[in-house]
Amino acid sequence: VVKVVRETDAVCTLGLEVRDWSGHLAGQHVDVRLTAPDGYQAQRSYSIASGPEDEAVELTVERLVDGEVSPYLVHELHEGDELELRGPIGGYFVWRPELGGPVQLIAGGSGVVPLRSILRHWSAAGSDAPMRLLYSARGWEDVIFREELSRLGSAVQFTLTRSWPEGWTGGRGRIDAEVLSEAAFPPSDDPLVYVCGPTPMVESVAGALVTGGHRPERIRTERFGATGG
Amino acid sequence: MMQAVDGNAIAGELFCHFGTEMTEVSGRCTNCGATGPVGRLLVYRSGPGAVARCQECGAVTIVLVQIRGELRVDTGGYEFSHR
Repeated sequence: VVKVVRETDAVCTLGLEVRDWSGHLAGQHVDVRLTAPDGYQAQRSYSIASGPEDEAVELTVERLVDGEVSPYLVHELHEGDELELRGPIGGYFVWRPELGGPVQLIAGGSGVVPLRSILRHWSAAGSDAPMRLLYSARGWEDVIFREELSRLGSAVQFTLTRSWPEGWTGGRGRIDAEVLSEAAFPPSDDPLVYVCGPTPMVESVAGALVTGGHRPERIRTERFGATGG
Repeated sequence: MMQAVDGNAIAGELFCHFGTEMTEVSGRCTNCGATGPVGRLLVYRSGPGAVARCQECGAVTIVLVQIRGELRVDTGGYEFSHR
């Protein structure tokens, strides 16, 4: 661990220097394994937040209340500590410039993490594929990568589901058919869509996309589930 | 009801077993005939393993079980179309 950045109350980004790292694709994850002194092991998957071109490999981890691994990663880990990783892993929830666009990214909560990797890759590769992010979070203070995403201007649309700052002009409420029709590429553009977030959010958004006329084979999902990470 | 995750979630185990990235590999559900990549299967994780079900009919396609530190993979419900 070479760097620890606190993103929100419950989320931090770990910058890692990984021995023999082969490089990763935007959207991939790693498995992190922790071993207790008594030999007990716990393993969880975490999305890579950095772009392939970035120097350090970054994992952005949300602390889950009853989690076994995430509270340790978010609160106990310090610069200089070591972690056991397997990866990079996954090829399905990956974007490469040759896949083209337009690309519609849709995130719920910490589901923004692999999508940030995709945005960084898109920007570093100088891709001319149109790309947009629609990101729902509970409140503005829960938005991860706030400053970085705000710099992307109209390519990023936020919608807050529980509370909003005074004078908030962004979206309010969950991502539903209406929000999609206002903020996402329409089915007529046949966008490649990446949806990542908690399982119920991903299922409701994917359902709304298909009902709205998007082709299922153009929609890639990554559900976080409730696995007690 | 346990919440599903995607086929991506077992990418690490499948990589260890097959020696290659598997989530983009396509296959066919032997129950209903639906085709699609492993990444689209619905995965249910439990203590010692994981069950991947067909995204269309819900039939069991791939089962992963960790037995005494060794990973066993049963792909009996899924025909890989190419490897």
